[in-house]
Amino acid sequence: MKTIRTVFLKELIDNFRDRRTLVSAMLMGPLFGPILFAFVINLSVEQSLENAEQTLDLPVIGREHAPNLVTYLESQNIDIKDGPESREAAIEAVSLGERDVVVIIPENFGENLSQMIPATVEVITDQANTTAERETRRATRALRGYGQEIAAMRLTVRGVSPMVMRPLNVDEVDVSTPSGRSAILLGMLSYFFLFALLTGGMNLAIDATAGERERGSLEPLLCLPVKRDHLIFGKILAACFFMAISLSLSLICFHFVLRFMPLQELGMTPNFGPLIVLIAWLLLVPFAVVGASLMTLVASFTKSFKEAQTWVSVVLLAPTMPILVVSILQVRPSTELMFIPSLSQHLLLVDLIRNEPVNMLHVVASVGSTLVVGAVLTWICARLYRREGLLG
Amino acid sequence: MIVVEDLHKSFGEVKAVQGVSFKANDGKITGLLGPNGAGKSTTLRVLYTVLKPDSGSASIDGVNVVEDGLAARARIGTLPHGSGLYPHLTARENIAYYAKLYDMDPAIIDERVQTVVDQLDINDFADRRTKGFSQGQRTKVSLARSLVHGPQNIILDEPSNGLDVMATRSLRDLIRQLKKAGICVLFSSHVMQEVAALCDEIVIIAAGQVAIHDTTDGIRNATGCEDLEEAFVKAIHMVEAVE
Repeated sequence: MKTIRTVFLKELIDNFRDRRTLVSAMLMGPLFGPILFAFVINLSVEQSLENAEQTLDLPVIGREHAPNLVTYLESQNIDIKDGPESREAAIEAVSLGERDVVVIIPENFGENLSQMIPATVEVITDQANTTAERETRRATRALRGYGQEIAAMRLTVRGVSPMVMRPLNVDEVDVSTPSGRSAILLGMLSYFFLFALLTGGMNLAIDATAGERERGSLEPLLCLPVKRDHLIFGKILAACFFMAISLSLSLICFHFVLRFMPLQELGMTPNFGPLIVLIAWLLLVPFAVVGASLMTLVASFTKSFKEAQTWVSVVLLAPTMPILVVSILQVRPSTELMFIPSLSQHLLLVDLIRNEPVNMLHVVASVGSTLVVGAVLTWICARLYRREGLLG
Repeated sequence: MIVVEDLHKSFGEVKAVQGVSFKANDGKITGLLGPNGAGKSTTLRVLYTVLKPDSGSASIDGVNVVEDGLAARARIGTLPHGSGLYPHLTARENIAYYAKLYDMDPAIIDERVQTVVDQLDINDFADRRTKGFSQGQRTKVSLARSLVHGPQNIILDEPSNGLDVMATRSLRDLIRQLKKAGICVLFSSHVMQEVAALCDEIVIIAAGQVAIHDTTDGIRNATGCEDLEEAFVKAIHMVEAVE
């Protein structure tokens, strides 16, 4: 026990002084998630606002040539504004990004319309400008709508039912609900937490074998009258400690980030108060044992710190696999699934944030099985640490 | 006292050590001399128990290194080849870490660390982090670290590698001090002059076997060469001729 404590404390001091560990444990892991999350949320808020009918300001040149069209557009929640003086000015303004879209109604519009010559309406837009895309789509849709209305009237006048123009009636039914959408986003959340947790202990896990070997400090360490098992336990424990810190920071960070997110607009009311943060920490922290021992295990097969980093980065993706499969298959939480580390943490966390009751049996199964898997992996690490080949 | 008896160790096809036997006494400096790849490091690694011999035995103060590795390791201080330090810890912290792992009484650790710091004359940089230390400074700290528990036996694997003239001299002085204190010093080298300048007894190893084990004068007599380097070369040829 004393050896484990000595090694543990030394690793803490050593790593708190190591900028590389500090950056990955205190900055990278905890911040990566919230930043990406904020980005994704803002993107979906923007998209959902597109569906909500919002008044569109549309600059039009030559509105006096088509008073009926203007009335129609205004009925479609489009506010007609005066456009630039000329077509050239409009093209320049759009290409410079000063305006997103400009509609030009030529002088002969009314004349062509009455003579049943297709009347041209120009929509000046910049396809490369993604923000303009949405406004352009709305403007063209409204213009087509006006065209169809006139076509229908013309047919009616000739005693033909306008229905002949509509052989098909394509009806799209969108069944996505705000809570379904939030489930996907919340699924991302649990991965961010596990990612932050793993990054926190990455350097320590690599250092236990590959790092010590590369530095030449492994051989003198193994010459000491201590059990190798105790050395590796102390090191894995230190990695767990850093992972726990990283997880805490990540949770706290999200707690604040979510406050400033327009989640209500997406119909999401995630529950992420201080108590939930604490419970989430308790649910997630057992995974540190699995993460630390798995990374140590992977690193022990490598020859150098660099090589270890490459392989251990793969481990960072490991917890996504079960989460991904479950998101695709839309599996509901069940007791059997609680025996799979990372998946069980994910499912419990989603329930927790959705404010659904968390099944205590599931919690026990998740924590218990995760700790057992961690213990088995730690035992394998200890076996490998006893090998002669360890010195490379 | 270190006793090695008929040690064998192979790595796959490569027979690194084939029947090495020798004895290193307390209060004596014993040099393990041989060309690169002769089996010096393998022999020493068996002694400080990071390798298990295929056959044969070795003991430290009568404790068998295979049967009771933990107790054997407690009786030695080691400076393995290319010893590294923890760059984020100060020299003093590096030494104290080992003192704790040697399970020393916490009350005397600070005092013992100061003793070895004085002994190796590293007061000037004892409280600096070891990142960026010169090879000489690193070797001194590594050596201090392996002496902190006051072992009866010291095993050094090519300690003078990468050291400049002054550092080599102070290393030699230290080894002589240890000898005076009645400690059993065993060190390996491939530099004849160094071994000749220091050792009471020399064990010349070639191709995994002991070519000659004698005092410097004994080796001169046995090979009939006045010059030690000539004697060294001759001894090695003798083994290779048998092979």
